[in-house]
Amino acid sequence: MLTIGLSHYLVLSAIVFAIGLYGALGKRNAVVILMSIELMFNAVNVAVVAVGRYQPAPPGGPFNLGGQVFALFVITVAAAEAAVALAIILAIYRTRKTVSIDDLNLMKW
Amino acid sequence: MAPFFIEPLVFYALAALLILGALAVVLLPRIIHAALSLVLFFVAIAGVFILLHAEFIAAAQVIIYAGAITVLVLFAVMLTQRSQSPESNPFNSQHIVAVFVAVATFAALLPALLAARGASVPGPDVDLIPAIGAAMLGQWILPFEIASVLLLAALIGAIVIAKEES
Repeated sequence: MLTIGLSHYLVLSAIVFAIGLYGALGKRNAVVILMSIELMFNAVNVAVVAVGRYQPAPPGGPFNLGGQVFALFVITVAAAEAAVALAIILAIYRTRKTVSIDDLNLMKW
Repeated sequence: MAPFFIEPLVFYALAALLILGALAVVLLPRIIHAALSLVLFFVAIAGVFILLHAEFIAAAQVIIYAGAITVLVLFAVMLTQRSQSPESNPFNSQHIVAVFVAVATFAALLPALLAARGASVPGPDVDLIPAIGAAMLGQWILPFEIASVLLLAALIGAIVIAKEES
């Protein structure tokens, strides 16, 4: 309990990921769904950085950098995704006057 | 050298903040409160990164998430809100199923995560930022360049999609 190890970070990450999944599946406003997806991205980043820190160093170098570099790429792609997704939400709002996903069933069946 | 109880103390405080912030994003009835809880969540994540000795990721987290993405989300909230109804962050018709899916996902992940309890030897507490810089422009130069093209494409795409038709 008193020494914080890898599994502490992984379980915390899984809890936040589950909360984000609940939000992404259960909310009605498209902006909130996007916010929940950001929660999931951040949860995964915590897991990736924690695993990178607790890995043994590779033969080539003194530290394992893979986790931190991967987290940086996740942050980059998440930023690009957020910009495009919010632009799409604004475009939908302009044509349909709603961001409620219960009303956006044009492509359903 | 910090006393032995500092790290667990900071970890559990940050974990409480994180879970509180995440639950507030999902559960608060007003969308603007949810968007502001997102800031708390992002800053707490940056704290976890500092605890993991990933100082550069923590700085990037504060700048990109707590700064830029929060502003983006707040703009989206402002531009899509028609009336200030008391319940602007409602659940949809399938949120009971969503609870089960989320709990089942967590339960499925848990055994694998607890199996990592043996591997609790952290890496060295050294300044990794020069090494990250060298690695990004050395071993990972190709993904780095692809990421820059992706950001350019996302920038142009967001402008084209959000532009008013004239």
